Amino acid sequence: MLMTVTMLAPLAIIVVYSLLTRGAYGGVELPWTIENFMRLWDPVYGIIFLRSFWIAAVATALCLVLGFPLAMFIAGSGPRKNLYLSLVILPFWTSFLIRTYAWMFLLRDTGILNSALQALHIIREPLPLLYNDGAVILGLVYGFLPFMVLPLYATLERLEPSLLEAAADLGARPWRALVSVTLPLCAPGIRAGAILVFVPCLGTYLTSDLLGGSKTVLIGNLVQNQFTASRDWPFGAALSLALMAIAMVLLFTARNRGEEIL
Amino acid sequence: MPQQTVPDKVLELRRVSKDFATQRAVADVSLEIPRGAFFSLLGPSGCGKTTILRMVAGFETPTAGEVWLNGQRIDALPPYQRNVNTVFQSYALFPHLTVRGNVEFGLRHKKRTDDINRVLEVLKQVRLEGKASRKPSELSGGERQRVALARAIVLEPDVLLLDEPLSALDPQLRKQVRVELRDLQRRVGVTFLFVTHDQEEALSMSDQIAVMNGGALEQVGTPREIYAQPRSRFVADFLGAMNWIGGIGVRPEAVSICQSPTKTGRKAVVTGVTYLGSFCHIAMTLAEGGEAIAAQVPPGSAYQTGQTVCVTWNREDEVRCEAS
Repeated sequence: MLMTVTMLAPLAIIVVYSLLTRGAYGGVELPWTIENFMRLWDPVYGIIFLRSFWIAAVATALCLVLGFPLAMFIAGSGPRKNLYLSLVILPFWTSFLIRTYAWMFLLRDTGILNSALQALHIIREPLPLLYNDGAVILGLVYGFLPFMVLPLYATLERLEPSLLEAAADLGARPWRALVSVTLPLCAPGIRAGAILVFVPCLGTYLTSDLLGGSKTVLIGNLVQNQFTASRDWPFGAALSLALMAIAMVLLFTARNRGEEIL
Repeated sequence: MPQQTVPDKVLELRRVSKDFATQRAVADVSLEIPRGAFFSLLGPSGCGKTTILRMVAGFETPTAGEVWLNGQRIDALPPYQRNVNTVFQSYALFPHLTVRGNVEFGLRHKKRTDDINRVLEVLKQVRLEGKASRKPSELSGGERQRVALARAIVLEPDVLLLDEPLSALDPQLRKQVRVELRDLQRRVGVTFLFVTHDQEEALSMSDQIAVMNGGALEQVGTPREIYAQPRSRFVADFLGAMNWIGGIGVRPEAVSICQSPTKTGRKAVVTGVTYLGSFCHIAMTLAEGGEAIAAQVPPGSAYQTGQTVCVTWNREDEVRCEAS
């Protein structure tokens, strides 16, 4: 009961705010209006939504490409797998903010990476590693890789080893066994991992703010702006509801395909 | 199977050994499997029989020795390059594929798509033609076992490897499947290498049996040879109950009991009577020597514990083994 209230109360406040008028100095005022939702159709916001989708999709795809071999390695590493699993979770022991700042120290013009490359005379001018989409995607992949690895590991772990032996026995080379047996049987884990990475990537604002600079505005940053600089709380509420709606549609599409892993 | 004078061997193991980290699973085993035979590897769990099967399939590499298939040395080849197929103990059917998809799997991966029209034919042979579009989860245990068979047979392997394929079935079904499997092997003519720990299974189905113990081969022979002329006490005991009297073995079914003493008979005291439906199991102690002896008698015979009887057996039923 308490859970339900604590879950629903903030959501109810967002819904109410999204239907009110913007106050002169922040906050909300009467009258009721659906104006905030009509403004979402402005192409400017459409582009930001699309950009956010694109970046979240690329980050999710990279997490899958990197996470699958990693999960396979862990699942196949016998008694050491608990050690490797804790290494995957280890970054969670420090704040995401601090870890993102660490990336700034690594990537900026006077950062460790550029200084090292310059000291080695591999490059003369510092590489533009920070404040672009690449840096944002890197930060997202770094931050959310564990959310991909863990569900993939869970499905790979349950995969009966004799199935891969059967595939080899029936003439499938390792690569083809991977494609025709392992991947299809890991579909639930892939789907779960993809949702767990894609949804938070879609709403990210910290990573894009710190690593993307002012050039990279994503939905998350747009929402944040409405509540801070722009002082347009009702529109911010409408934006976040739109984001939530999209995330939920994705979640339910994946669920309705008969998966129980989430 | 009619015995040829010089049987053509399809599979040969030459002094094969396999060491795992802590133990020697297979110790210096040499075997020749005749083409077209139903050949069983029989032994208790952990005797190395499954390891031999896995070395023939290619899932394990021998530590020493050679494996030859059809005159070609195969012990270094990966499983997907060997013309042998396995029926796994758990069947290992692909859960995401239909029955047909499972049976086609090997043909597709071995690039033998011309043979795909044979899938239905093979499904018919295992009486699954009506279930081609089912998923494995929708099948009974017996049906799954037949899919596993069909999936392997369709590839026409030189040797079909079967790893305790009946152990997952319930006992009633198991006896029926024994006959079916034997018939199928005769009809298809594929060499079967059949691993089991069930002596009754091995005796009833095989042309030849190799009995294994502790990684080593104890004896190879026809079921009759193995049962009637075991070369070691281990083989004698593993193939069925055996009375040991002064170093000579006599099977309980060869022992007869009479109420009154006879010239050749020995006196014994009945210590237990167990009624088993088709026969009665009588446990006795010999008056002279005090050794335990058991006999199987018709179920109607009336013996009582404490009764003194006389036991006899024919000399030709006696088994003499090498000391072990």
